[in-house]
Amino acid sequence: MTSPAAGEPVLALRGISKRFGAVQALTDVELEVTPGEVLALVGDNGAGKSTLVKTIAGVHPIDEGQIEWEGRPVNIHRPQDAQTLGVATVYQDLALCDNLDVVGNLYLGRELKLRGLLDEVAMEKTAQELLSTLAIRIPSVRIPVASLSGGQRQVVAIARSLIGDPKVVILDEPTAALGVEQTAQVLDLVERLRDRGLAVILISHNMADVTAVADRVAVLRLGRNNGIFPVQHTTQETIIAAITGATDNAVTRRQARTAEGDR
Amino acid sequence: MSETDPDVTPPPAVAPPVDPRLLVREEGIKGYLTEFERKIRGGDLGSLPVVVGLVIIWIVFSLQDSNYLTSANFEYIAYYMVGIGLLSIGLVFVLLLGEIDLSVGSVSGLSAAVFAVLSVSHGVNPWFAMVITLLTGAAIGALHGFVFAKIGVPAFVVTLAGFMGWQGFMLWLLGSTGTINLPTDRGPMRYLSGNSFFLGGDIAGGYILAGLGVAAYLYSAVGLQRRRRQAGVPYRPTSDLLLRTVVLAIGAFGTAVILNNQKGVPNALVLFAVALIVTNFVLRRTGYGRKVFAVGGNIEASRRAGISVAMVRITVFSTSGFFAALGGLTIAGQISSANQAGSDPNNLMLAIAAAVIGGTSLFGGRGMVWSALLGMLVIESINAGLYMLGLANSIQYMITGAVLLAAVIIDSLSRRTQKSAGRA
Repeated sequence: MTSPAAGEPVLALRGISKRFGAVQALTDVELEVTPGEVLALVGDNGAGKSTLVKTIAGVHPIDEGQIEWEGRPVNIHRPQDAQTLGVATVYQDLALCDNLDVVGNLYLGRELKLRGLLDEVAMEKTAQELLSTLAIRIPSVRIPVASLSGGQRQVVAIARSLIGDPKVVILDEPTAALGVEQTAQVLDLVERLRDRGLAVILISHNMADVTAVADRVAVLRLGRNNGIFPVQHTTQETIIAAITGATDNAVTRRQARTAEGDR
Repeated sequence: MSETDPDVTPPPAVAPPVDPRLLVREEGIKGYLTEFERKIRGGDLGSLPVVVGLVIIWIVFSLQDSNYLTSANFEYIAYYMVGIGLLSIGLVFVLLLGEIDLSVGSVSGLSAAVFAVLSVSHGVNPWFAMVITLLTGAAIGALHGFVFAKIGVPAFVVTLAGFMGWQGFMLWLLGSTGTINLPTDRGPMRYLSGNSFFLGGDIAGGYILAGLGVAAYLYSAVGLQRRRRQAGVPYRPTSDLLLRTVVLAIGAFGTAVILNNQKGVPNALVLFAVALIVTNFVLRRTGYGRKVFAVGGNIEASRRAGISVAMVRITVFSTSGFFAALGGLTIAGQISSANQAGSDPNNLMLAIAAAVIGGTSLFGGRGMVWSALLGMLVIESINAGLYMLGLANSIQYMITGAVLLAAVIIDSLSRRTQKSAGRA
């Protein structure tokens, strides 16, 4: 295992199940994530990744099972519960206010106050410090978010999740729709979050990203666990086989064909 | 366009790394000019079109009539812009959410009627009647906001219903005579009438107000500069502060001189200035103001940040109702009566026009309460000029309509340019 030996899991899911009407979205899912670890969560469309993340974030309360936070069982019913525990979620649509500047967006909903008024100076100062410790380069913290590039908006959204001092950060497809350079910047940032001792849950469809930054890969298939692999000792083919679920499928058939063709 | 100078900048010790792609303003006059040019190209026009337009209007009318550029005419403009200007302040709040409030004209007429019925027909103390009237306006606005935010009816439709409904209620209140005269010797009407001036029209009054305003601005600006310097974040250079203060002082004392030349500073104008300063402070410096801008920018992002969108909407429409009532009382003070023409739909149109002409976007998220002042200056200047030239109402409406159309076109165009320049 590449995860730090000292790691007691900060967040553990035990036998989580979730139904939506007639659909059993999650069945007996187990998941652990330790501080200073990047856990990639992969699976095909409809495998239950988003549902699982939303149960952790408090958007969908769980039906069965238990969520443990630093060893204690906890109840997460609302997004605020998750935030109070220290779970920060960055959704795919970044939800930034284009008309507000970077500082305004970073502190939206938890502005620093001085005698009841907005303390712009303190917010700007801490925003600059936060961005520079994360080595995030944006032209200025006082320009509207509308004028930032896609990658810059993504790092602002991630930096914003850190304002509340979380212990677990969930990133939903942070590199989707980003260029090569911006993807590298976001992956660098993910590594810096790990170095700060945060537990990162990274949802991605991109195997290259997963193998680049993740320590472990948890595979979901049809709402169930389908293996947890340490990245260093696992080939991409094994992970893909776990995602698609069977040895006899389009991918393996194609591999067999190309292998024959080579011969 | 020239590149950045090394000597610009944030304080040396903790200088935050400045991205080389960011254009920083150079020191001195040249810096202002290059930044100005950049802003124009980026579609960030700010108040420039309206100030230029105002100067053109004054020049055109003064060429037509030599009496136009006189202190008497400016006194007229300064007094008569207040009523609709107050409606416009409330509308700026609503426009910042990207919504519209069509009921402000009717609510202002209704408020005048409520005040008249209470204080004249029922002999209630006029100050107490004013408080009840203002609360009525705020409650009506909150009702519109509730139906919009909680039930989900589009604001356009809710306030259109209010536009008709409250006008009908006003007509019912005023009864068969249709007019209730308001005594101007007591209560709030004493201060809102055209013969009421700050410090009784004493020449010191205008200078005291101008001095207070400039001193307060300088004090807060210097304090902010000091705090930013201590915190090690970029701050305005002193030359910049002084320049801004001098421009403000010229405007403030110039206005004082012109008004003193006539009868003094109307108390209604003082009320307008106080309302502008307070609302600007609320929007720019408080957590509530930040929420208003956030909801106007991105509703989903605001909701996820824990902002109660419904609460913001209800309070914004309530604010609009409050200022509609305050404006209604001021308009009643101008004509010393509450009558059936009080809810003139024209007032609504002019109030919306003023906010948009002044630079508040119809698309939400961008604007400032000062646009109520700038827009009303334009509208009332045109009004006064056309009145002086003896042109018919028909021409007046056509010209005001054309100005509004021009303002909306500028708003849409600058929004498009801003998008391409990444400043939406």
